[in-house]
Amino acid sequence: MIRLCIRYLNLIVLTILALIGLSFLLPFLFPGDLLTNISGITPDSNQQREALERAFKLDKSLFSQFIHYLENLFAGNWGVSNRTQLDLFDEIALTFPATIELVVYASVVSVTIGIPLGFISGLKHHNPFDFSVVTFSIVAYSFPVFWLALIFITVFSLQLEWLPTSGRIDLLFEVPSVTGFILVDIWLSDIPNKGYAFKDALQHLILPTISVAIVTTALFVRFVRRSIMDVMEKEYIIAAKSRGFTQRQIFFKHGLKNAIIPILPILALQVSTLITNVMIVETIFSWPGIGKWLIEAIYQRDYPAIRMGMLIVSLFVMILTISTEFLTRAIDPARERGVNATL
Amino acid sequence: MVYDSIDALTYCSESNPGSFNPQLDTSSTTADATAHQVYDRLLEFNPENGRIIPGLASSWLVSADGLTYTFQLRRGVKFHTTHYFTPNRNFNADDVIFSIDRWRSDKHPYHEIGGGVYPYFDSLGLYQKIKHVKRINGYRVEIALFAPDSSFLANLATDFAVILSAEYANLLMKDGRPSWLDKFPIGTGPYKFVNYRQNQFIRFIQNEEHFLPPSGPKQIVFDITLRSSLRMAKLITGECDAIAFPSQSDLSVIEERSDLKLLEKPGLNVGYWGFNTSKPPFDNPNVRQALALAVDKTSLIDAVYLGQAVRAKGLVPSASWAYESSGRELGYNPVRAKELLEQAGVPNNFSMDIWAMPVQRAYNPNAMKMAQLIKRYLADIGIEANIVTQDWNIFRQSLRSGIHDTVLIGWNADNGDPDNFYRPLLSCEAIPSGTNRTMWCNPEYDALVDQALLTDVVETRRQIYHQANSLIFNETPLMPIAHAFQYQATRAEISGLRINPYGGIRFENVSRTAKENLND
Repeated sequence: MIRLCIRYLNLIVLTILALIGLSFLLPFLFPGDLLTNISGITPDSNQQREALERAFKLDKSLFSQFIHYLENLFAGNWGVSNRTQLDLFDEIALTFPATIELVVYASVVSVTIGIPLGFISGLKHHNPFDFSVVTFSIVAYSFPVFWLALIFITVFSLQLEWLPTSGRIDLLFEVPSVTGFILVDIWLSDIPNKGYAFKDALQHLILPTISVAIVTTALFVRFVRRSIMDVMEKEYIIAAKSRGFTQRQIFFKHGLKNAIIPILPILALQVSTLITNVMIVETIFSWPGIGKWLIEAIYQRDYPAIRMGMLIVSLFVMILTISTEFLTRAIDPARERGVNATL
Repeated sequence: MVYDSIDALTYCSESNPGSFNPQLDTSSTTADATAHQVYDRLLEFNPENGRIIPGLASSWLVSADGLTYTFQLRRGVKFHTTHYFTPNRNFNADDVIFSIDRWRSDKHPYHEIGGGVYPYFDSLGLYQKIKHVKRINGYRVEIALFAPDSSFLANLATDFAVILSAEYANLLMKDGRPSWLDKFPIGTGPYKFVNYRQNQFIRFIQNEEHFLPPSGPKQIVFDITLRSSLRMAKLITGECDAIAFPSQSDLSVIEERSDLKLLEKPGLNVGYWGFNTSKPPFDNPNVRQALALAVDKTSLIDAVYLGQAVRAKGLVPSASWAYESSGRELGYNPVRAKELLEQAGVPNNFSMDIWAMPVQRAYNPNAMKMAQLIKRYLADIGIEANIVTQDWNIFRQSLRSGIHDTVLIGWNADNGDPDNFYRPLLSCEAIPSGTNRTMWCNPEYDALVDQALLTDVVETRRQIYHQANSLIFNETPLMPIAHAFQYQATRAEISGLRINPYGGIRFENVSRTAKENLND
C-alpha cells in the first residue's frame, strides 16, 4: 500500500513538473514579443521594458527564469491578461468554479440516470425496454454536443420560450461570488428575493447541464449494461441461482459490486470528456466559465491567459485522473492493470 | 437594492466600452455606456429637435461679440456617493474648470492620464479656440474664445463634454491612483456606476439625488453580447429588454412579432459618392455632374439599404435644423449625362475607378454591391468602371493621399450642429486631416462655413448653409446618396426608449407596462 502511494505521488509530482515546464516554455513558442507573452504588458518605453525584463529575470539564465516562474506560480502571482490587464489568478478564480459547477451537475445527472438505466436494461436485456435504452444511448452518444446545445436553444428558448439562452443567472441579481458555485452563493448571500434568484439560476442551469449530461449518460448506460450482462453470466451467479436466491438478492449481493468495480475507473475518466464538452457548451450558452474565457483569449491571442488557463485545466484533469486510478487500485488491489470495461 | 423586474432594465449592448470617460473615446459604445448614465454636461441637446437646453448650467450668456460665454451653474447638484467615493461638497465651478482644462491644457496634471488624447476635442481643434476658462464665483464660469464660434455651445452639449468631479480627481491623485478617474467613474448623472466585467456586464443603479426628479428604471444592466444573433435570441427570450444594432436580416422578424418593437430614426449620417476633384477629368464640375446624373439613386437605396434609409439631397439629414427641404438635387438623366460628357471632351470607353469601402456602416451597409450597380449605370453612358477595395486602414490611408478617382463612403456626425457635416466633409482644412475625401477646396465654400459660425441666429445660419448647399449642387464634389436609419429593438412592454440621434442611449423615460418574468 505504501509502495502504491509513493508510486502515485511520484507520478503526480513528475507530471505536474512536466506540465509546468511545458507552460514555462510556451511563451518562447508563441509568436510575438517574448516579454509581452510572459508579462501580458506591452511596454510603452525602454525603461519599462528593462524594468519588466528585470522583474521576470529575462536577463538571467533560463534556469533562474524557471525558478522565478515556479515561485510566482505558487505565490498566486500569475501575471496579467494581455487584453484586459486583469490579474489572471483572480480571473481564473472567478471562471474556473463556474466550469466545475457545470461538471458536477452534469456528473450527478449522468450518474443518477445512467447507472440505474444501465442496470435495468442489462438485467432484462433483449426486451423492448432494453432495445429502446440501447437505441437512445446510441443516438445520444452520436450527437455532437455543440449541435445538441444549439437545437435545445432553438426549441426550448426561441420557439417555446421556456428557458433562457445564456449566462448563469439574470444579471439583475447581483450575487457576490464566495464559493463560485452560483446556487451556493445565492444561499450564502443576503440579497432580497432569494427564491426568485434560486429559481432563475436553476432555469439557467437546465439546458447547459442537459446538453453536457446527455452524452455522458449514454456512455454510462452502455458501460453499466455491458458490465452487468457479463457479471450475470459468471459461474458464481449461476451457483447462487441454483442455491435458490431470488433475482433481487443475487443482484444486490453479487451483481452490483462486481459489475461496478471494473468500470469505476472508466466512469471516472469520463470527467475529462465531460470537461471538454462543458467548455464547448459554455461558449454556446455564454456560461462564464473557463472554457468561454479561454476561447475568448485564443481569439484575441492573449498568450498569458492561454498559458495559465491551459495549465490550470490540464493540472485539474491530470490530478483527477491519477487520483481515480489510485483510488480504484486501492479499493481493488487484486485487479490486474489494463483490464477495462467494454462497450 | 431592488430586483423587481418592473424597476430594472437589461440592455444588450454590442461591445465593451473603451473607457468610462467619453472624453477619451469617441466610439458610440463608450458614449452609450457612460455619457447619459454616469455624467451630465453643462448643456444638453433636446433629443426631439436638437435644440440646446440647460444641463448643469441653468442659464448662459454670450457676449455681443460672441467671444465670451458665461455659464450660471445649477446649485445643490450632488456627485455620486458610491462604494469607492463619498463627495464632501456639491458640484461647482471648480469641476467645470477641471473637466475642460483636462483636455484643453497639456500642462494639466490629469492631461496625460489615460493617454493624453482627447479625440473629439482634438479633431475639432477646440483646445486652440479657447482663450481661457475662468471662475467668476463658485457658481459662475466664464469661457473666452479667440474667435466667435456658433457651434461652441453644441460642442459643450455633445456626449464628450462631460463634467467630472474635481474633488474625486484630487483625492485619487493624492492616493497615487489617478487612472481610477476613468475606470471607476464619478459624475452627477442619473445613474451611478456599480461594477463592470469585460465581455459580461456593466451595472448601474439609479442616482436618487439627481437634480431632475428620478424617473426610469431603478437599475440598469448592460449585458455585453458581441454577436448580433445572440442579442436577437436574448431579446426573444426576454433576457434582454432592449438591444443595440439588430442586424438587417432580423429587422423583418422583429417587425412581424407582436412581442417585439423596432425603433427607427433617420440617423445623423450621410452616405455619398465622392469624386476626387484634384484629378482630371474629375476637376471639371460638368464631368462630376454627368456621373451623378448617370446613376439612379432610388435603385441604389432600394438594393443596398433595403429601404432602410431616406434619400439624401444634401449633406445634412432632415433631423437637422439646417436641412433644406426645397434643396435641389440631380435626378437620373443618362441622356443629359452623355451630353455633358461629350461637351467636356471625355472620350468614349473612358475608364475610371470606384473605390468601395470594405466595412459595413449604417450609412453604407454594402459599398461593394453599390459599386457594382454604379458600374452598370456607367456602362450605359460609355464609361468603364473598375471597383477597388482594400483593407480598411490601408483604404483610408490611400484615400488621404488622394490616389482614388471616386469613392463610396460616408460620414457619421458627432453632434447636432450642421457644422459637423459641412466642415469635415468638404472644407479645405479637412483635406490633410483626412475627412474630405473629394479633395475639393473652394475658398467661397470655406468662407460660407466660417461665416455660419460667426452668428448665433439660427435663421441666418440656415440661410448661409443653404447658400453652401447650392454651391455644392453647382460644383457637385460629391453625390449625396442616403441618410440611413438607426435601429434599436425592444420588447413590446418597454416604452419610452427612444433613439437619441445626438449621441448615446438614454433611459430616463423608460418604463415597463407589464411585468412577466421574475414575479409570476
